[in-house]
Amino acid sequence: MNKRRVAVTGLGVVSPVGHDLKTFWERISGGVSGIGPITKFDATDYDTRIAGEVRDFDLDPYIPKKERRRMDPFCHYGLPAAALAVADSGLDLAAEDPWRTGVIVSSGTGGLQILQEQMKVLLERGPSRFSPFMIPQMITNILSGLIAIRFGVKGPNVCVVTACASATHSLGDSLRIIQHGEADMMLAGGAEAPVCELGVGGFCAMRALSTRNDEPTRASRPFDAERDGFVPAEGAGVLVLEEWDHAVRRGARIYCELAGYGRTCDAHHITAPDAEGEGAMRAMRLAYEDAGLTAADIGYINAHGTSTLLNDKGETLAIKRALGPEQARKVMVSSTKSMTGHLLGAAGAIESVACALALKNGVLPPTINYEYPDPDCDLDYVPNEAREVQVQACLNNSLGFGGHNGTLCFKAV
Amino acid sequence: MSLEAKVKEIIVENLGVNPEQVVPEASFIEDLGADSLDTVELVMAFEEQFGAEIPDEDAEKLTTVGAVLEYLKGKGLGED
Repeated sequence: MNKRRVAVTGLGVVSPVGHDLKTFWERISGGVSGIGPITKFDATDYDTRIAGEVRDFDLDPYIPKKERRRMDPFCHYGLPAAALAVADSGLDLAAEDPWRTGVIVSSGTGGLQILQEQMKVLLERGPSRFSPFMIPQMITNILSGLIAIRFGVKGPNVCVVTACASATHSLGDSLRIIQHGEADMMLAGGAEAPVCELGVGGFCAMRALSTRNDEPTRASRPFDAERDGFVPAEGAGVLVLEEWDHAVRRGARIYCELAGYGRTCDAHHITAPDAEGEGAMRAMRLAYEDAGLTAADIGYINAHGTSTLLNDKGETLAIKRALGPEQARKVMVSSTKSMTGHLLGAAGAIESVACALALKNGVLPPTINYEYPDPDCDLDYVPNEAREVQVQACLNNSLGFGGHNGTLCFKAV
Repeated sequence: MSLEAKVKEIIVENLGVNPEQVVPEASFIEDLGADSLDTVELVMAFEEQFGAEIPDEDAEKLTTVGAVLEYLKGKGLGED
Protein backbone atom coordinates (compact mmCIF):
# COMPACT_ATOMS: atom_id res chain seq x y z
CA MET A 1 0.00 0.00 0.00
CA ASN A 2 1.24 3.44 -0.85
CA LYS A 3 1.06 5.25 2.45
CA ARG A 4 0.39 8.94 2.76
CA ARG A 5 3.32 10.58 4.53
CA VAL A 6 2.92 12.65 7.69
CA ALA A 7 4.85 15.77 8.62
CA VAL A 8 5.26 17.24 12.09
CA THR A 9 4.56 20.93 11.55
CA GLY A 10 3.65 22.37 14.95
CA LEU A 11 4.76 21.84 18.55
CA GLY A 12 3.30 23.05 21.84
CA VAL A 13 4.38 22.35 25.43
CA VAL A 14 3.35 23.37 28.92
CA SER A 15 5.83 21.66 31.21
CA PRO A 16 8.02 21.74 34.32
CA VAL A 17 10.84 22.94 32.05
CA GLY A 18 9.04 25.75 30.30
CA HIS A 19 5.93 26.78 28.41
CA ASP A 20 7.47 27.90 25.15
CA LEU A 21 9.62 25.92 22.76
CA LYS A 22 12.69 28.09 23.20
CA THR A 23 12.82 27.72 27.00
CA PHE A 24 11.84 24.05 26.78
CA TRP A 25 14.65 23.28 24.37
CA GLU A 26 17.25 25.37 26.21
CA ARG A 27 16.55 23.43 29.39
CA ILE A 28 16.15 20.00 27.79
CA SER A 29 19.37 20.35 25.80
CA GLY A 30 21.09 22.18 28.66
CA GLY A 31 20.40 19.47 31.21
CA VAL A 32 18.29 21.63 33.53
CA SER A 33 15.98 19.82 35.94
CA GLY A 34 12.40 21.01 36.44
CA ILE A 35 11.88 19.02 39.63
CA GLY A 36 11.25 20.72 42.99
CA PRO A 37 9.37 20.37 46.27
CA ILE A 38 5.59 19.96 45.87
CA THR A 39 3.80 23.30 46.32
CA LYS A 40 0.36 22.42 44.93
CA PHE A 41 -0.83 20.65 48.05
CA ASP A 42 0.51 19.93 51.52
CA ALA A 43 2.63 16.84 50.94
CA THR A 44 4.00 16.62 54.48
CA ASP A 45 2.50 13.18 55.12
CA TYR A 46 3.53 11.68 51.78
CA ASP A 47 6.63 9.55 51.23
CA THR A 48 7.29 11.51 48.04
CA ARG A 49 7.22 15.28 48.42
CA ILE A 50 8.77 16.30 45.11
CA ALA A 51 7.37 16.68 41.61
CA GLY A 52 7.77 18.35 38.27
CA GLU A 53 5.23 21.16 38.60
CA VAL A 54 4.05 23.64 35.99
CA ARG A 55 5.08 26.98 37.50
CA ASP A 56 4.36 30.59 36.57
CA PHE A 57 2.07 29.71 33.73
CA ASP A 58 -0.36 32.50 32.86
CA LEU A 59 -3.67 31.03 31.73
CA ASP A 60 -5.22 34.39 30.85
CA PRO A 61 -4.27 34.39 27.16
CA TYR A 62 -5.70 30.89 26.71
CA ILE A 63 -8.75 30.28 28.88
CA PRO A 64 -11.24 32.89 30.12
CA LYS A 65 -11.87 32.82 33.88
CA LYS A 66 -15.40 31.45 33.62
CA GLU A 67 -14.28 28.50 31.49
CA ARG A 68 -11.29 27.88 33.69
CA ARG A 69 -13.38 27.14 36.78
CA ARG A 70 -15.07 24.42 34.77
CA MET A 71 -11.97 22.53 33.76
CA ASP A 72 -9.71 20.20 35.64
CA PRO A 73 -6.06 21.31 35.64
CA PHE A 74 -5.18 18.69 33.01
CA CYS A 75 -7.21 20.79 30.57
CA HIS A 76 -5.56 23.97 31.86
CA TYR A 77 -2.36 22.52 30.41
CA GLY A 78 -3.76 20.65 27.43
CA LEU A 79 -5.84 23.39 25.85
CA PRO A 80 -2.98 25.95 25.86
CA ALA A 81 -0.54 23.31 24.56
CA ALA A 82 -2.89 22.74 21.61
CA ALA A 83 -3.19 26.49 21.01
CA LEU A 84 0.60 26.84 21.11
CA ALA A 85 1.04 23.96 18.66
CA VAL A 86 -1.50 25.38 16.21
CA ALA A 87 0.11 28.84 16.44
CA ASP A 88 3.54 27.28 15.89
CA SER A 89 2.32 25.44 12.80
CA GLY A 90 1.15 28.65 11.14
CA LEU A 91 -2.08 26.89 10.18
CA ASP A 92 -5.23 28.94 9.88
CA LEU A 93 -7.67 26.22 10.87
CA ALA A 94 -10.65 28.49 10.27
CA ALA A 95 -9.70 28.53 6.59
CA GLU A 96 -9.34 24.74 6.36
CA ASP A 97 -12.09 22.17 5.83
CA PRO A 98 -13.21 21.49 9.44
CA TRP A 99 -14.06 17.86 8.64
CA ARG A 100 -10.45 17.14 7.62
CA THR A 101 -8.85 18.03 10.97
CA GLY A 102 -9.14 15.79 14.01
CA VAL A 103 -7.95 15.62 17.60
CA ILE A 104 -6.56 12.91 19.88
CA VAL A 105 -5.15 14.57 22.98
CA SER A 106 -5.51 12.18 25.87
CA SER A 107 -4.52 11.74 29.47
CA GLY A 108 -3.62 8.79 31.65
CA THR A 109 -5.94 9.67 34.49
CA GLY A 110 -8.05 12.63 33.32
CA GLY A 111 -9.74 14.83 35.89
CA LEU A 112 -8.24 13.46 39.09
CA GLN A 113 -8.37 16.78 40.93
CA ILE A 114 -12.05 17.42 40.27
CA LEU A 115 -12.80 13.86 41.34
CA GLN A 116 -10.93 14.47 44.60
CA GLU A 117 -12.69 17.77 45.19
CA GLN A 118 -16.16 16.39 44.52
CA MET A 119 -15.55 13.33 46.68
CA LYS A 120 -14.97 15.76 49.51
CA VAL A 121 -18.24 17.51 48.66
CA LEU A 122 -20.05 14.18 48.80
CA LEU A 123 -18.61 13.21 52.17
CA GLU A 124 -19.00 16.61 53.80
CA ARG A 125 -22.19 17.96 52.27
CA GLY A 126 -24.02 15.11 50.63
CA PRO A 127 -24.99 14.10 47.09
CA SER A 128 -27.23 17.10 46.40
CA ARG A 129 -24.17 19.37 46.32
CA PHE A 130 -22.32 17.71 43.42
CA SER A 131 -21.32 20.20 40.73
CA PRO A 132 -23.17 19.73 37.43
CA PHE A 133 -19.74 20.15 35.89
CA MET A 134 -18.16 17.23 37.75
CA ILE A 135 -18.67 14.60 35.04
CA PRO A 136 -17.73 16.79 32.05
CA GLN A 137 -14.64 17.99 33.95
CA MET A 138 -13.55 14.55 35.00
CA ILE A 139 -13.91 12.50 31.83
CA THR A 140 -10.57 11.98 30.16
CA ASN A 141 -11.88 12.55 26.64
CA ILE A 142 -13.18 16.05 27.46
CA LEU A 143 -9.87 17.58 26.43
CA SER A 144 -10.15 16.31 22.85
CA GLY A 145 -13.67 17.74 22.88
CA LEU A 146 -12.57 21.11 24.25
CA ILE A 147 -9.82 21.41 21.66
CA ALA A 148 -12.31 20.67 18.88
CA ILE A 149 -14.66 23.35 20.22
CA ARG A 150 -11.81 25.86 20.47
CA PHE A 151 -10.73 25.36 16.86
CA GLY A 152 -14.03 24.30 15.30
CA VAL A 153 -12.49 21.11 13.95
CA LYS A 154 -14.93 18.30 13.26
CA GLY A 155 -12.86 15.39 11.97
CA PRO A 156 -11.93 12.17 13.85
CA ASN A 157 -11.95 12.90 17.56
CA VAL A 158 -11.33 10.24 20.18
CA CYS A 159 -9.25 9.65 23.28
CA VAL A 160 -6.74 6.83 23.52
CA VAL A 161 -6.06 5.94 27.14
CA THR A 162 -3.13 3.64 27.90
CA ALA A 163 -1.72 5.06 31.16
CA CYS A 164 1.84 6.29 30.61
CA ALA A 165 1.70 5.41 26.92
CA SER A 166 -1.45 7.46 26.23
CA ALA A 167 0.17 10.31 24.32
CA THR A 168 2.36 7.99 22.26
CA HIS A 169 -0.63 5.93 21.20
CA SER A 170 -2.56 9.15 20.51
CA LEU A 171 0.19 10.26 18.16
CA GLY A 172 0.48 6.84 16.56
CA ASP A 173 -3.25 6.45 16.02
CA SER A 174 -3.34 9.97 14.59
CA LEU A 175 -0.59 8.96 12.15
CA ARG A 176 -2.77 6.04 11.04
CA ILE A 177 -5.80 8.29 10.61
CA ILE A 178 -3.90 10.59 8.26
CA GLN A 179 -2.21 7.69 6.44
CA HIS A 180 -5.58 6.08 5.95
CA GLY A 181 -7.01 9.26 4.48
CA GLU A 182 -9.59 9.97 7.18
CA ALA A 183 -8.09 13.37 7.94
CA ASP A 184 -5.33 15.64 6.65
CA MET A 185 -4.41 17.20 9.96
CA MET A 186 -4.45 15.91 13.52
CA LEU A 187 -3.75 17.66 16.80
CA ALA A 188 -2.27 14.88 18.89
CA GLY A 189 -0.67 14.48 22.29
CA GLY A 190 -1.51 14.31 25.96
CA ALA A 191 -2.00 16.23 29.19
CA GLU A 192 -1.71 15.24 32.82
CA ALA A 193 -2.24 16.88 36.21
CA PRO A 194 -1.39 14.24 38.82
CA VAL A 195 0.22 16.52 41.42
CA CYS A 196 -2.57 16.19 43.96
CA GLU A 197 -3.32 13.97 46.93
CA LEU A 198 -4.94 11.21 44.85
CA GLY A 199 -2.23 11.16 42.19
CA VAL A 200 0.86 11.32 44.36
CA GLY A 201 -0.69 9.19 47.11
CA GLY A 202 -1.77 6.51 44.67
CA PHE A 203 1.65 6.16 43.10
CA CYS A 204 3.33 6.33 46.52
CA ALA A 205 1.24 3.37 47.63
CA MET A 206 2.63 1.39 44.69
CA ARG A 207 6.17 2.25 45.83
CA ALA A 208 6.73 3.52 42.29
CA LEU A 209 8.03 6.99 43.21
CA SER A 210 11.44 8.31 44.15
CA THR A 211 11.75 9.36 47.78
CA ARG A 212 14.90 11.40 47.26
CA ASN A 213 13.06 14.37 48.75
CA ASP A 214 16.17 16.19 49.92
CA GLU A 215 17.64 16.40 46.45
CA PRO A 216 14.74 17.08 44.07
CA THR A 217 16.84 17.87 41.01
CA ARG A 218 18.82 14.66 41.44
CA ALA A 219 15.81 12.41 42.06
CA SER A 220 14.95 11.44 38.49
CA ARG A 221 18.02 9.46 37.45
CA PRO A 222 17.09 6.98 34.72
CA PHE A 223 19.52 4.11 34.11
CA ASP A 224 21.71 5.18 37.06
CA ALA A 225 22.49 2.45 39.61
CA GLU A 226 21.07 4.58 42.44
CA ARG A 227 17.68 5.27 40.83
CA ASP A 228 14.81 4.70 43.23
CA GLY A 229 11.59 5.40 41.34
CA PHE A 230 9.99 7.98 39.08
CA VAL A 231 9.19 11.60 39.88
CA PRO A 232 5.58 12.56 39.05
CA ALA A 233 5.14 15.59 36.83
CA GLU A 234 2.40 17.62 35.21
CA GLY A 235 1.94 19.40 31.93
CA ALA A 236 0.98 18.76 28.34
CA GLY A 237 2.36 18.37 24.86
CA VAL A 238 0.56 18.66 21.55
CA LEU A 239 1.92 18.12 18.04
CA VAL A 240 0.35 19.16 14.75
CA LEU A 241 0.56 16.24 12.34
CA GLU A 242 -0.11 17.08 8.74
CA GLU A 243 -0.36 15.14 5.52
CA TRP A 244 2.95 15.71 3.76
CA ASP A 245 1.72 17.28 0.52
CA HIS A 246 -0.66 19.53 2.43
CA ALA A 247 2.27 20.80 4.49
CA VAL A 248 4.50 21.27 1.46
CA ARG A 249 1.80 23.08 -0.52
CA ARG A 250 1.36 25.72 2.15
CA GLY A 251 5.10 26.10 2.65
CA ALA A 252 4.97 24.88 6.25
CA ARG A 253 8.08 24.45 8.33
CA ILE A 254 8.50 20.71 8.72
CA TYR A 255 10.31 19.63 11.88
CA CYS A 256 10.51 15.98 10.88
CA GLU A 257 8.45 13.12 9.52
CA LEU A 258 6.40 10.86 11.75
CA ALA A 259 7.16 7.76 9.76
CA GLY A 260 6.39 4.69 11.84
CA TYR A 261 4.41 3.29 14.72
CA GLY A 262 4.43 0.04 16.64
CA ARG A 263 2.22 -1.13 19.47
CA THR A 264 2.02 -4.33 21.45
CA CYS A 265 0.97 -5.57 24.86
CA ASP A 266 3.03 -7.54 27.37
CA ALA A 267 0.01 -9.61 28.50
CA HIS A 268 2.08 -10.29 31.59
CA HIS A 269 1.19 -8.23 34.68
CA ILE A 270 -0.94 -5.19 35.53
CA THR A 271 2.05 -2.99 36.36
CA ALA A 272 5.36 -4.84 36.11
CA PRO A 273 7.00 -4.94 32.68
CA ASP A 274 7.81 -8.29 31.14
CA ALA A 275 11.36 -9.02 32.32
CA GLU A 276 12.37 -10.31 28.88
CA GLY A 277 11.27 -7.06 27.23
CA GLU A 278 9.52 -8.99 24.48
CA GLY A 279 6.57 -6.59 24.03
CA ALA A 280 8.66 -3.43 24.10
CA MET A 281 11.18 -5.00 21.74
CA ARG A 282 8.51 -5.84 19.20
CA ALA A 283 6.95 -2.38 19.44
CA MET A 284 10.32 -0.84 18.52
CA ARG A 285 10.88 -3.28 15.68
CA LEU A 286 7.39 -2.73 14.30
CA ALA A 287 7.91 1.04 14.45
CA TYR A 288 11.13 1.18 12.44
CA GLU A 289 9.94 -1.45 9.99
CA ASP A 290 6.71 0.51 9.54
CA ALA A 291 8.91 3.49 8.63
CA GLY A 292 10.69 1.37 6.02
CA LEU A 293 13.92 1.38 8.04
CA THR A 294 16.25 -1.16 9.59
CA ALA A 295 17.90 -1.22 13.02
CA ALA A 296 21.05 0.32 11.54
CA ASP A 297 19.11 3.49 10.66
CA ILE A 298 18.10 4.24 14.26
CA GLY A 299 20.60 6.70 15.69
CA TYR A 300 18.74 7.85 18.78
CA ILE A 301 16.07 6.57 21.14
CA ASN A 302 14.15 8.80 23.53
CA ALA A 303 13.58 6.08 26.09
CA HIS A 304 10.63 5.63 28.36
CA GLY A 305 13.41 5.64 31.02
CA THR A 306 11.29 6.33 34.07
CA SER A 307 14.03 5.90 36.70
CA THR A 308 12.36 2.86 38.24
CA LEU A 309 14.45 -0.21 38.86
CA LEU A 310 12.38 -2.48 36.63
CA ASN A 311 11.60 -0.18 33.72
CA ASP A 312 15.12 0.91 32.97
CA LYS A 313 16.52 -2.58 33.19
CA GLY A 314 13.77 -4.13 31.06
CA GLU A 315 13.83 -1.34 28.49
CA THR A 316 17.60 -1.66 28.11
CA LEU A 317 17.21 -5.34 27.35
CA ALA A 318 14.36 -4.61 24.95
CA ILE A 319 16.49 -2.06 23.07
CA LYS A 320 19.32 -4.56 22.73
CA ARG A 321 16.95 -7.16 21.37
CA ALA A 322 15.16 -4.73 19.06
CA LEU A 323 18.30 -3.32 17.45
CA GLY A 324 20.65 -6.29 17.76
CA PRO A 325 23.97 -6.24 19.65
CA GLU A 326 25.89 -4.20 17.09
CA GLN A 327 23.45 -1.30 16.66
CA ALA A 328 22.61 -1.34 20.40
CA ARG A 329 26.26 -0.49 21.10
CA LYS A 330 26.08 2.45 18.70
CA VAL A 331 22.65 3.88 19.36
CA MET A 332 22.38 6.91 21.63
CA VAL A 333 19.63 6.61 24.20
CA SER A 334 18.44 9.29 26.58
CA SER A 335 15.61 9.83 29.01
CA THR A 336 14.43 13.42 29.12
CA LYS A 337 12.38 12.37 32.16
CA SER A 338 15.63 12.94 34.04
CA MET A 339 14.76 16.65 33.63
CA THR A 340 10.99 16.79 33.24
CA GLY A 341 9.97 14.02 35.60
CA HIS A 342 7.31 11.60 34.41
CA LEU A 343 4.32 13.32 32.82
CA LEU A 344 2.49 9.97 32.62
CA GLY A 345 -0.14 10.25 29.88
CA ALA A 346 1.52 13.37 28.50
CA ALA A 347 5.06 11.95 28.55
CA GLY A 348 5.01 10.57 25.02
CA ALA A 349 3.95 13.97 23.71
CA ILE A 350 6.59 16.15 25.30
CA GLU A 351 9.16 13.49 24.47
CA SER A 352 8.02 13.54 20.85
CA VAL A 353 8.49 17.31 20.93
CA ALA A 354 12.02 16.65 22.23
CA CYS A 355 12.59 14.18 19.36
CA ALA A 356 11.31 16.65 16.76
CA LEU A 357 13.61 19.38 18.09
CA ALA A 358 16.55 16.97 18.35
CA LEU A 359 16.16 16.02 14.68
CA LYS A 360 15.63 19.62 13.60
CA ASN A 361 18.51 21.07 15.63
CA GLY A 362 20.98 18.21 15.28
CA VAL A 363 21.41 17.96 19.04
CA LEU A 364 20.50 15.02 21.26
CA PRO A 365 19.30 15.86 24.78
CA PRO A 366 21.13 14.15 27.66
CA THR A 367 20.15 11.87 30.51
CA ILE A 368 21.06 13.93 33.55
CA ASN A 369 21.97 12.62 37.00
CA TYR A 370 23.84 9.76 35.44
CA GLU A 371 26.61 9.03 37.95
CA TYR A 372 26.82 5.35 38.86
CA PRO A 373 26.75 2.74 36.12
CA ASP A 374 24.37 -0.17 36.56
CA PRO A 375 25.63 -3.42 35.01
CA ASP A 376 22.05 -4.10 33.81
CA CYS A 377 21.94 -0.77 32.00
CA ASP A 378 24.93 -0.66 29.72
CA LEU A 379 23.98 1.43 26.69
CA ASP A 380 25.15 4.90 25.67
CA TYR A 381 22.69 7.05 27.64
CA VAL A 382 24.13 10.40 26.49
CA PRO A 383 25.14 11.04 30.10
CA ASN A 384 24.74 14.54 31.53
CA GLU A 385 25.60 16.55 28.42
CA ALA A 386 23.78 17.01 25.16
CA ARG A 387 25.53 15.76 22.07
CA GLU A 388 25.74 17.58 18.78
CA VAL A 389 24.96 14.94 16.21
CA GLN A 390 22.52 14.82 13.35
CA VAL A 391 20.84 11.43 13.34
CA GLN A 392 18.62 10.38 10.45
CA ALA A 393 15.96 8.64 12.47
CA CYS A 394 14.94 8.12 16.07
CA LEU A 395 12.46 6.19 18.19
CA ASN A 396 10.33 7.36 21.08
CA ASN A 397 9.24 4.65 23.52
CA SER A 398 6.36 4.68 25.98
CA LEU A 399 5.34 1.78 28.19
CA GLY A 400 2.15 1.99 30.23
CA PHE A 401 0.66 0.16 33.21
CA GLY A 402 -1.53 -2.54 31.73
CA GLY A 403 1.42 -3.69 29.63
CA HIS A 404 0.73 -1.21 26.82
CA ASN A 405 3.80 -0.61 24.66
CA GLY A 406 4.05 2.09 22.03
CA THR A 407 6.93 3.27 19.85
CA LEU A 408 7.00 6.09 17.34
CA CYS A 409 9.63 6.43 14.62
CA PHE A 410 10.60 9.93 13.47
CA LYS A 411 12.77 10.67 10.42
CA ALA A 412 14.85 13.80 9.88
CA VAL A 413 13.87 15.88 6.86
CA MET B 1 -25.41 43.61 51.42
CA SER B 2 -28.90 43.71 49.90
CA LEU B 3 -30.56 40.70 48.33
CA GLU B 4 -30.20 42.32 44.90
CA ALA B 5 -26.49 42.95 45.37
CA LYS B 6 -25.83 39.42 46.62
CA VAL B 7 -27.73 37.81 43.73
CA LYS B 8 -25.92 40.01 41.26
CA GLU B 9 -22.57 39.04 42.72
CA ILE B 10 -23.33 35.33 42.41
CA ILE B 11 -24.44 35.72 38.80
CA VAL B 12 -21.38 37.77 37.88
CA GLU B 13 -19.10 35.23 39.53
CA ASN B 14 -20.75 32.14 38.04
CA LEU B 15 -21.43 33.32 34.52
CA GLY B 16 -18.41 35.59 34.10
CA VAL B 17 -20.59 38.52 32.92
CA ASN B 18 -20.32 42.25 33.63
CA PRO B 19 -22.40 43.60 36.56
CA GLU B 20 -24.16 46.06 34.18
CA GLN B 21 -25.60 43.12 32.22
CA VAL B 22 -27.32 41.74 35.30
CA VAL B 23 -30.66 43.59 35.08
CA PRO B 24 -34.03 42.16 36.23
CA GLU B 25 -35.25 41.41 32.70
CA ALA B 26 -32.04 39.60 31.68
CA SER B 27 -32.57 35.94 30.76
CA PHE B 28 -29.80 33.66 31.96
CA ILE B 29 -29.69 31.63 28.77
CA GLU B 30 -30.56 34.21 26.13
CA ASP B 31 -28.86 37.31 27.53
CA LEU B 32 -26.18 36.09 29.90
CA GLY B 33 -24.78 33.18 27.87
CA ALA B 34 -25.61 30.43 30.35
CA ASP B 35 -26.15 26.83 29.30
CA SER B 36 -28.30 24.25 31.10
CA LEU B 37 -25.40 23.17 33.34
CA ASP B 38 -24.68 26.79 34.26
CA THR B 39 -28.27 27.27 35.40
CA VAL B 40 -28.09 24.18 37.63
CA GLU B 41 -24.91 25.51 39.19
CA LEU B 42 -26.42 28.96 39.61
CA VAL B 43 -29.43 27.61 41.49
CA MET B 44 -27.08 25.62 43.74
CA ALA B 45 -25.16 28.81 44.47
CA PHE B 46 -28.39 30.62 45.45
CA GLU B 47 -29.32 27.72 47.70
CA GLU B 48 -26.00 27.90 49.47
CA GLN B 49 -25.97 31.65 49.82
CA PHE B 50 -29.48 31.92 51.18
CA GLY B 51 -29.68 28.62 53.03
CA ALA B 52 -32.72 27.57 51.02
CA GLU B 53 -33.71 24.48 49.16
CA ILE B 54 -35.05 25.25 45.71
CA PRO B 55 -36.97 22.26 44.29
CA ASP B 56 -36.36 21.43 40.61
CA GLU B 57 -39.93 22.38 39.68
CA ASP B 58 -39.31 25.89 41.08
CA ALA B 59 -35.80 26.12 39.61
CA GLU B 60 -37.18 25.55 36.10
CA LYS B 61 -39.14 28.78 36.35
CA LEU B 62 -36.17 30.90 37.42
CA THR B 63 -35.14 31.91 33.92
CA THR B 64 -34.47 35.61 34.50
CA VAL B 65 -32.70 37.69 37.13
CA GLY B 66 -36.02 39.25 38.12
CA ALA B 67 -37.68 35.86 38.60
CA VAL B 68 -34.93 34.86 41.01
CA LEU B 69 -35.25 38.07 43.02
CA GLU B 70 -39.03 37.71 43.28
CA TYR B 71 -38.77 34.05 44.23
CA LEU B 72 -36.23 34.67 46.98
CA LYS B 73 -38.18 37.66 48.32
CA GLY B 74 -41.37 35.61 48.26
CA LYS B 75 -39.69 33.04 50.47
CA GLY B 76 -38.57 35.76 52.83
CA LEU B 77 -34.94 35.03 52.10
CA GLY B 78 -31.95 37.31 51.95
CA GLU B 79 -33.22 39.59 54.70
CA ASP B 80 -30.71 40.01 57.47
